[in-house]
Amino acid sequence: MTTLPMERAAAPEPRWQVLRGANAGDRLYRGALTALALTLPLLLLALVSELAISAWPAIQRFGLPFVWTSVWDPVAGVFGAAPMIFGTIASSLLALLLAVPLALGVAIYLSEFAPKWLRQPVAFLVELLAAIPSVVYGVWGIFVLIPFLRTYVVPPLRASLGWTPFLSGVFYGNSLLAGGVILAIMIVPYIAAVAREVLLAVPASQREAALGMGATRWEAVWTAVVPYGRAGLIGAVILGLGRALGETMAVTMLIGNRHDIGLSVLQPAYTMAAAIANEFSEATTNLYLSALFEVGLILFVITVAVNALARLMIWRVARGTAVGSRAL
Amino acid sequence: MSVRRLRRRIVSGTMTALVAVLSFVAVLALVLILGYLVAKGASSLDWSFFVKNPVPAGQAGGGVANAIVGTVIIVGLAALIGLPIGIGTGLYLAEYGSGSLGWTVRFVADVLNGTPSIVVGIFAWTWLVKPMGHFSALAGSVALAVLMVPMLARTTEEMVRLVPHSLREAALALGYPRWRTSLRVVARTALAGILTGCLVGVARIAGETAPLLFTALGNLNFSTSVTQPMQTLSLQIFTYGTGPFDEWHRLAWAAALVLMGLVLVLALAARRALRSRHGAAR
Repeated sequence: MTTLPMERAAAPEPRWQVLRGANAGDRLYRGALTALALTLPLLLLALVSELAISAWPAIQRFGLPFVWTSVWDPVAGVFGAAPMIFGTIASSLLALLLAVPLALGVAIYLSEFAPKWLRQPVAFLVELLAAIPSVVYGVWGIFVLIPFLRTYVVPPLRASLGWTPFLSGVFYGNSLLAGGVILAIMIVPYIAAVAREVLLAVPASQREAALGMGATRWEAVWTAVVPYGRAGLIGAVILGLGRALGETMAVTMLIGNRHDIGLSVLQPAYTMAAAIANEFSEATTNLYLSALFEVGLILFVITVAVNALARLMIWRVARGTAVGSRAL
Repeated sequence: MSVRRLRRRIVSGTMTALVAVLSFVAVLALVLILGYLVAKGASSLDWSFFVKNPVPAGQAGGGVANAIVGTVIIVGLAALIGLPIGIGTGLYLAEYGSGSLGWTVRFVADVLNGTPSIVVGIFAWTWLVKPMGHFSALAGSVALAVLMVPMLARTTEEMVRLVPHSLREAALALGYPRWRTSLRVVARTALAGILTGCLVGVARIAGETAPLLFTALGNLNFSTSVTQPMQTLSLQIFTYGTGPFDEWHRLAWAAALVLMGLVLVLALAARRALRSRHGAAR
């Protein structure tokens, strides 16, 4: 709304302000909402600073080598987080390896091939996987998944691929494999939900053009639809990775919690989140506690970076929407 | 040429079948998990399971009354803290969120949405448990609220944005000030959607365990004091599930079934609320 400067000088309360509705109530409303909205950035700052302050003694003491040394000796007061960082990344990658084909298959089926009446119910059922509490996954993993792996999965794997370093050693149950499989089930709904929305956002003309040129239905999907949504699909996968990196309870209950770096997926491993969950209440010295805070800080920074990357990629396809954050 | 065409059609058919099978596998995983919960937990659900407190390890019987009450209190308190902040932030993003602050808040919300819950747990420990000198249910509620707010803010924003612009313009044209338009017309129209977000948010935090490990801690006895340690179903499941006794495992399955039922009811209620909104919009 424009007005002449003359008018503004003349009237004590200019007419345009009244018209815009800039009264006391509006200012108060806007102020209150702004204050509430500011809590989130402040919370992020508080989180980072609290973690950094608590981790400072360990950062000072061990410096950068904290990330690549693997001695974790609370008695001697020597800490290195390499096994946990390795375990976190290894279990998450294993989970992605299993979850990505599954989730993308679900997303492609639901957005391109499934009959109309089947789409909503199946999408809802897959999203329900995200509603199952982590600790329930843990219980299911201990009593159902591990016995299943021991009886039906590990023996044939061994028989065919036992010569590789990835399957050496004895399988006791709690292992990288068990943690990775449970993580895979847990992140499928997130990847599938976002990937499905990305595929649905691909313009129909993309499909029509491919089909019009004589492509089969699968060729249309694979050569015209999927490449169009590629950035968003990669974003979906990275979002799943972010979930897997920070997942705590189920992994703590299944991964075996051993400070070791090994290539074999049948051996126990450790993750950063699991280390905090297990050892935080046992941390008797300040340095021990501080080392765990540093682990937390590293975990936080990694997940924030991964999530930010995922968001930016998803926003490129579906600008500014909260795709996936509603995934339940 | 026709061989080639046949091959292409076979590939297309195979891949279509493959993605259908993958969808089936994903649903099968859900069925297997829920099925085992019912199969292993349902038989332990009797009256005493709901009204009795845990008994010392090794003894048979006992229930999770304290954990059920604790879950309700901790989650309720978290909702009390988190809902106003989350909804307010969402309204801000929808009404005034076009500037750089809006962009920042939106991005921070999306980033915080993926924060590992265990990190929030140790954050709440340094913030509340350490200064207070002891574990408390309140610290657990704050940790859960922190997990809830980002998701709630983004859902609220989306739901409010769905309200047609003409409604807002009509109210403003009738002389309503902006704040009343926003609250009485826009937010009211989006109410079902906002409610959905709240239910989803509560469902998500109800099953959280990691943020409570070092805040609410858990409690073997019945307690309703929010300044003291308190038991929740999720903590109880963790203790029982990882413990050595068969009796504990039995109770863990039963408690897991109860927790799952609670979360499912909330999720289904959320879906219903959303559907009623869509129905009204048409």
